Amino acid sequence: MIGRLTAARAEPGPLLPLEVEGLVVEAGGRRLLDGLAFTLRPERCTVILGPNGAGKSLLLRVLHGLLSPDRGTLRWAEPDPDRRRLAQAFVFQKPVLLRRSVRGDLAVALAARGVPRRERRARIAEALALVGLEGFEQRAARSLSGGEQQRLALARAWALRLQLLFLDEPTASLDPAATRMVEAIVRDLADRGVTIVMSTHDLGQARRLAEEVLFLYGGRLIEAADAGTFFTRPASPEARAFLAGELPA
Amino acid sequence: MGEIGEAAATALRLLWSAEPELFAIVALSLEVSLTATALAAAIGLPLGALLALARFPGRGALVLLVDAGMGLPPVVVGLLVYLLLSRAGPLGEFGLLFTPTAMVIAQTILVTPIVAALARRAVADLLEDYHEHLTSLGLRPLAAVPVLLFDARYRLATACLAGFGRAAAEVGAILIVGGNIREHTRTMTTAIALETSKGALEQALALGFVLILVVLAVNLAAAGLSTMARRIEG
Repeated sequence: MIGRLTAARAEPGPLLPLEVEGLVVEAGGRRLLDGLAFTLRPERCTVILGPNGAGKSLLLRVLHGLLSPDRGTLRWAEPDPDRRRLAQAFVFQKPVLLRRSVRGDLAVALAARGVPRRERRARIAEALALVGLEGFEQRAARSLSGGEQQRLALARAWALRLQLLFLDEPTASLDPAATRMVEAIVRDLADRGVTIVMSTHDLGQARRLAEEVLFLYGGRLIEAADAGTFFTRPASPEARAFLAGELPA
Repeated sequence: MGEIGEAAATALRLLWSAEPELFAIVALSLEVSLTATALAAAIGLPLGALLALARFPGRGALVLLVDAGMGLPPVVVGLLVYLLLSRAGPLGEFGLLFTPTAMVIAQTILVTPIVAALARRAVADLLEDYHEHLTSLGLRPLAAVPVLLFDARYRLATACLAGFGRAAAEVGAILIVGGNIREHTRTMTTAIALETSKGALEQALALGFVLILVVLAVNLAAAGLSTMARRIEG
């Protein structure tokens, strides 16, 4: 069977805490991420907050290993990169769905992680039930509505039995009803022990979901604080302006 | 106008009477073009996927070559295959010139770049869309190939249809390497060219009708594939 990770099949240990130091990403002579340093702890939900262009998506991609930083270190509690890969997933702003049925889309993800064929059916049914997409197995994945597609992407992540889930502005292109459903699923996943790390520029969403906040502005980490402190007593002028809904200068 | 109308009526009568020679010509045409398309698919689909996925020195030049190959002039391909297969040529000893095999070889050379170039684009487009997701899942590039080929299935099938359309309608290459020999290497297109030059418009028109039907069927199949693809691909 090709397609599986060749890593040792042993269960990955805890991924977090992750210690990030001096993280720099550059492109075209510009620093897109500028010397970020923080510790990502296994909280329920850490929100990366900031205006558009602050570097939120980029930071998520670096943390998930989709991009390599130009400088800096990421020290994970689990040292083996293949085992780390097995315990995390990424949900994109615009969900990437395969050109096949809902079941087929999930089956590819499970096969890629080495889940035996006989286990896949049960996992797929369970994951679809979690996001309210029971009975959608035979539908073409890409024919679903925007909200359903995002819920399918969350189901796919859950089916992988992950510890850590990265979400990149998962509701940016959804209406309020679909947004509510996605947020409910995110809370549900957190209740089930998944650590959520999510980017958003939506203050309301950050208030509803965050326990920890990393506030990015212009590629720099301006504040890292627990949500209560950040929303009531922001330390920086940038965060105060952002929370007051003022446009950045 | 009257003459053409009369010829068309005779052509339809010829088809209706199921004249064996006419059907042998149609059968040989389909056999040659389908075999060439199958061979071109066997070479072109993996080649296209390789060009989309792999990075190696000379890849850019090969992509350019394959893309340019889509516009190969059939008569030039015919001439080159003729030189290869003629008695004095490097493959002359096999005695393939003026056989259906020679026609298959010439059409395979014509169709392979079409299939490969269209397949490369299909897989490259898909890879652009899937790249981060497949990386996130931890799929190695080689292991992603079956996923990409399956998901590009409608566009790959359309690439093969485009290749078959080109082969079925082509006359220059098979005329040169097949020789248009009666009951041996005569196909629809070469027969139409010959009958027209002899003034036998009825025969030419009858074969023309069949050829147009084949081309229509190919286009219909392509349209059906694209409808199915839209349903799956959203």
